[in-house]
Amino acid sequence: MDHLDRLEAQSVYILREAYKEFKNLVMLWSIGKDSTVLLWLARKAFFGHVPFPLLHIDTHFKMPEMIAYRDRAAKEWRLNIVYGENKEALEKKLTYPDGNLDRLGCCKNLKTEALKHTLSGEWPRWRFDHNLGQYAPDTNQEAYTGVIVGVRADEEGSRSKERVFSPRDAQNDWDVGDQPPELWRQYKTDFAPGTHLRIHPLLEWTELNIWEYVEREKIPIIDLYFDQGTGQRCRSLGCWPCTGKVDSTAKTVPEIIEELKTGKFANIAERSGRAQDKEGGGGLEALRRQGYM
Amino acid sequence: MFDQQRMNIVIVGHVDHGKSTVIGRLLADTGSLPQGKLEAVKQQCLANARPFEYAFLLDALKDEQAQGITIDAARCFFKSNKRHYIVLDAPGHIEFLKNMVTGAATAEAALLVIDAKEGVQENTKRHGYLVSMLGIKKLVVLVNKMDLVENSQEAFERTVAEYTAFLAKLNLEPIAFIPASARSGENIVSPSETMPWYHGKTVLGQLDALEPEGETEKIKAPLRFPVQDVYKFTAQGDDRRIFAGTLESGQVSVGDEVAFLPSGKQSRIASVEAFNEGPKTTAQAGQAVGFTLTTQVYIPQGELMVKVNEVQPIQARRFRANLFWMGKAPLIQGKDYKLKLATRRVPVRLVEVLNVLDASDLRSVVGKQMVERHDVGECLFETLKPIAFDPSALIDATGRFVLVDDFEIAGGGIILEKVESKETVDQAHVRKREQAWSTGYISAANRAAACLHHAKFVVFSGPPEVGKRKMAMELERRLFMERRNVYYLSDANLNGGLDQDIRVLMRDKSEEVRRLGELARIMTDAGLIFITALGGADEYDLLQLKTLNLPNEILVVHVGENPPEQFKADLVLPAGIDPKEAAEKVYQLMSRYQILEYFI
Ligand SMILES: Nc1nc2c(ncn2[C@@H]2O[C@H](COP(=O)(O)OP(=O)(O)OP(=O)(O)O)[C@@H](O)[C@H]2O)c(=O)[nH]1
Ligand SMILES: [Mg+2]
Repeated sequence: MDHLDRLEAQSVYILREAYKEFKNLVMLWSIGKDSTVLLWLARKAFFGHVPFPLLHIDTHFKMPEMIAYRDRAAKEWRLNIVYGENKEALEKKLTYPDGNLDRLGCCKNLKTEALKHTLSGEWPRWRFDHNLGQYAPDTNQEAYTGVIVGVRADEEGSRSKERVFSPRDAQNDWDVGDQPPELWRQYKTDFAPGTHLRIHPLLEWTELNIWEYVEREKIPIIDLYFDQGTGQRCRSLGCWPCTGKVDSTAKTVPEIIEELKTGKFANIAERSGRAQDKEGGGGLEALRRQGYM
Repeated sequence: MFDQQRMNIVIVGHVDHGKSTVIGRLLADTGSLPQGKLEAVKQQCLANARPFEYAFLLDALKDEQAQGITIDAARCFFKSNKRHYIVLDAPGHIEFLKNMVTGAATAEAALLVIDAKEGVQENTKRHGYLVSMLGIKKLVVLVNKMDLVENSQEAFERTVAEYTAFLAKLNLEPIAFIPASARSGENIVSPSETMPWYHGKTVLGQLDALEPEGETEKIKAPLRFPVQDVYKFTAQGDDRRIFAGTLESGQVSVGDEVAFLPSGKQSRIASVEAFNEGPKTTAQAGQAVGFTLTTQVYIPQGELMVKVNEVQPIQARRFRANLFWMGKAPLIQGKDYKLKLATRRVPVRLVEVLNVLDASDLRSVVGKQMVERHDVGECLFETLKPIAFDPSALIDATGRFVLVDDFEIAGGGIILEKVESKETVDQAHVRKREQAWSTGYISAANRAAACLHHAKFVVFSGPPEVGKRKMAMELERRLFMERRNVYYLSDANLNGGLDQDIRVLMRDKSEEVRRLGELARIMTDAGLIFITALGGADEYDLLQLKTLNLPNEILVVHVGENPPEQFKADLVLPAGIDPKEAAEKVYQLMSRYQILEYFI
């Protein structure tokens, strides 16, 4: 087995463990490369099926290509896809692009708050109806208590300290100082009522591993990651007002792999294109403590 | 040649001996840090008027930087000319031992750091012990802060001698001892000029020289495939019944004859299933796969699949194990814990503490009947249901386990051997209970004579929605019409009452079963024919009910598919038969067994 085989087997094991132990399970899908690999791994784990819903938080500032890609995949792979949003903040224009908030505040509103209330079932959810071919209000309002997320330890300091099965309390708070032990392949799967859980099957993957796997499995990936003739591409995808591009002429997956290996980006943080991380002292740790993923 | 395979290593040792600094240097000196990160952290330190520490590169949490210690293990990635590494930076403070264990449990090699000036300390030893127990076979010892002992070879040799002696007690032989000064980078990535007397490898050189764990040995070992789950995605139009899991060892091919333990059921591999891969006919250690079988067998998750023609694992309920404890409350007798071994989950009890060690000096603490936080001990355990395992020295994945106490993983252990016993914990309990049992002036015989029948505990078991409860209720009616002393108890009443405190807490049935067994003992003592229906119980639960109800008798009626095989039901009825007819059949059986012998 090569290093990708091992990473794959490990993630598959984690996904199956999560599916076995939790009833109200959901997987976050941001359309980015990591969560798309995660989605692929779920299809591996469950032999072509994805036996839980995928949740997408629509900030309405995502690049239009992302939404188109999402709905195409939903149809093609017959995914059970659900989305949620912060309707109030959008209506009142409490966002950064509208000029009413700083970047961090905007992230908190459109992502963290939207996610929190969509997970809990307090805010409306929209589910893709495969018969109608469009989204319809979701009748299921049960809270999702297990959330599968594609974070990787190499992305940023606080993510490097995550557990594979990471409990949060009902307020979504993360007690970083007192995390459960994980031994061999035994994770924390017993919970007091009211506990929420994040599951991280990709913790040990690096950015390079992600691309190597995309290449090996021929996973269809959104074009925004490739240079389409402008000499620039996205390395990490978010909302268009806060997602910078990097100078790169990589037009294919092998070219991206080559670029990551030979050092052009080897020494530049992956999220450096994400402007919100740079605001305020705590950056991503502060966002994450509030429930950002 | 560059090795594509990545190696996981953990850095352990006493608090403040320089672990995070070692990693910080490794990252910085191999050029693995993001551009500008080093400068940014230095700038930050300057701005806050505090000395720069390499540890700040890893101790990313605000609290960690404020207190200057590592709280949680961080995963760091770096690359040498030889291979990729993940390094886990374990905290040295005793308070965070569970984080250290988490970091170490997945590592293939450990780098243990000792401060040359402070020498071997409590956690230097404790971590050494845990490294050996967690099954990490490659240990490299780094004697750090050599600058504080004037780079003296003598001081180095003293530490080497002291620690070698300690490790010898654990049968652990380190691969190397390396003198180093992490802060200034001596012997970390580049060789030191201040210690010309040392001719060995640098830390990085030594890591690169480690042989990665080969797969061949694991593949050659007997097949161990813990069934993680059984899938049938019928709603998605998929009729395959797939047994999913990860091969811990061995290999298996289509056509191989396999057995599932502890149930003992056998079948043959029909296919190896995978998504987005070409057809497969074989699978081997390390792979997460799925199988279909040639015959329809009912296998619950948690069973261990093995090949029938290979060395079999051990099956037992009682075993001896080495264990370390991280729980806030101590490990004690008389309490049910949950054992997780591979994919199996069963209730387990501590039978006896054989020996408790103070892990920091390996001295035994005598006469202790509990294992406290941060202790390690040798204990005797008994599971409520049989388990299949291997001694950890033979196959580690099926020889180690964790214990869950009130939702938390509180201990980890490795199994040494199976232990024979004349009596289970339950049997011993019943024996003592019966010795002390007292009644009023009315004996069981008095009651039987007056009511014209014996007492009996009648249990209807089986999968959900087969009509168990209706049948139980009809049986009650049938007997009541004849003025028998009979009572049907609906399990819903227990859930809302007697078991109300455990319903939310336990997903395992063991405590419910125990209480029902004790209740049955009382009800049958009152001379009743006590009837209930119990969903989701397996044969070991029934066996436990039987034991707890002693000296009175039990009658088990199984309704539906998959009747118990080892502990036989007295009667098996098909799902959904007319409840009256079912009740009549049970009634006939009771007459035949002469429970109703006074009936004329
Ligand atoms: N003089 C000297 N000091 C060192 C050396 N290496 C580390 N230190 C200092 O020792 C102190 C502790 O270092 P850390 O790397 O934080 O120690 P640690 O082992 O990670 O500590 P915990 O994670 O809290 O257990 C820091 O002030 C370091 O600068 C060295 O080679 N020489
Ligand atoms: Mg440290």
